[in-house]
Amino acid sequence: MNTGLGEATDIIGILVSVIFVSAMLIWVERRLLAVWQDRLGPNRVGPLGLMQVVADMIKMFFKEDWIPPFADKLVFVLAPTIVFITMLTGFAVIPFAPGLGIIDFNFGLLYFLALSSLSVYSIVLAGYASNNKYSLLGGLRAAAQTVSYEVFMGISIMGVVMLSGTFNLREIVEAQRDVWFIIPQFFGFIIFLIAIIAESRRAPLDLPEAEQELVGGFHTEYSGMKFGMFFVGEYLGITLSSAIIVTLFFGGWLGPWLPPLAWFCLKTAIGIMFFILLRGGLPRPRYDQLMAFGWKVLLPAGLLNLLVTGAMVLSLQG
Amino acid sequence: MELILFYLTSAVALFATVMMITRLNAVHGLLYLILSLLSVGVIFFLLGAHFAAVLEVIIYAGAIMVLFVFVIMMLNQGQKTIDQENAWLQPGVWILPSLMALVLLVEMAVIVVLGGNAQTGHIVNSKQVGIALYGPYLLAVELASMLLLAGLVGAYHLGKPILKITRPGGNS
Repeated sequence: MNTGLGEATDIIGILVSVIFVSAMLIWVERRLLAVWQDRLGPNRVGPLGLMQVVADMIKMFFKEDWIPPFADKLVFVLAPTIVFITMLTGFAVIPFAPGLGIIDFNFGLLYFLALSSLSVYSIVLAGYASNNKYSLLGGLRAAAQTVSYEVFMGISIMGVVMLSGTFNLREIVEAQRDVWFIIPQFFGFIIFLIAIIAESRRAPLDLPEAEQELVGGFHTEYSGMKFGMFFVGEYLGITLSSAIIVTLFFGGWLGPWLPPLAWFCLKTAIGIMFFILLRGGLPRPRYDQLMAFGWKVLLPAGLLNLLVTGAMVLSLQG
Repeated sequence: MELILFYLTSAVALFATVMMITRLNAVHGLLYLILSLLSVGVIFFLLGAHFAAVLEVIIYAGAIMVLFVFVIMMLNQGQKTIDQENAWLQPGVWILPSLMALVLLVEMAVIVVLGGNAQTGHIVNSKQVGIALYGPYLLAVELASMLLLAGLVGAYHLGKPILKITRPGGNS
């Protein structure tokens, strides 16, 4: 089992359902936030407001797709596609259920890390190409934040790799038959969670687009479908992050009674809702607080976790 | 099939590298360099070095190049720098580097014609990389880590704020 491709129908099915879920998240997020804030949210278009996504999409298609005359045109058009493509290709290694997935790659975990680090180009290049001081500040923040938190993300999942002895995501899921890795790797999980929120630039760590200080951050100059691309890219990122968290720490498709795919979808949905709850519940830290917290707290904690896990694995073996 | 993929990727890598060198706008040049690094990653993958391929993308394309873009962005270069670069890139500059590259090309052609034994299909896994790094190459790893530590200490020293600031008329 090495780099084997899935069936063509599987691949198309996964692609379509992932894009569909990400688009529907626009509605899910607005409704859920409304519930938690004692409001109703969008409930007018279609049953329960479900057609709100379609309405939004039609609106976006008909908006003027404006490229500012002072922008670097080539890079300006290229930037929004990068986040979309990297996040979508990231789903290639996700093990949805036994036998269901796109590729079974021995370095699946590293592949995910590589793609999530490439996705930052989208933000950085958008900030550069817009030729606008707010966008530039957003791009700079994104670059620094992502490069730093990538380090802690990599270190925090090494505990999982040590316990399972592989980078292959399918084998990592299989290694959790007895106990989910959230229990032996609780500190690793906390660090990974914070790092992945920073990496996917979601509220409360959405400093590159902090509306109150940077207008719209990196997407200040974007409109129409290009803005929509950033938007859907962000939701794809949330879905991918939840899927990875479920795979690494919550036993992937494992669970009693229900079929494996149902367990995977259920756990991922809970993960996504947790991301939305975080946005509704926590204030945004200041930029220097974010960086200092990363380097002064998360890095030592991650290294300590690595050390303790290594010692435990060695003592149990020897 | 694999040969076609290999030559296709190599063509992309070469094209991207040439474009990177000849771009006058620094950010466009960097984009081509990223493309070139990604295609080198694919070449590693095709040769069976999956671990090296993923590391190439994570470290070079994902981390180092982000910092490059970061710095170039801060410099805020406009049309002036493009004109300056244009003035520097005279055709005569190309002669010597091209000659040296030609020598390398001839060397490679000779090796290929004489029957080079590039092994394809031998897949290296992460365990073998780890055993090699911490076995026969342990000294090199230690030296590299010392070099990095020295760099870190140096950067910390340079970035240290100067504490004694005397402001005339200030209340500090």
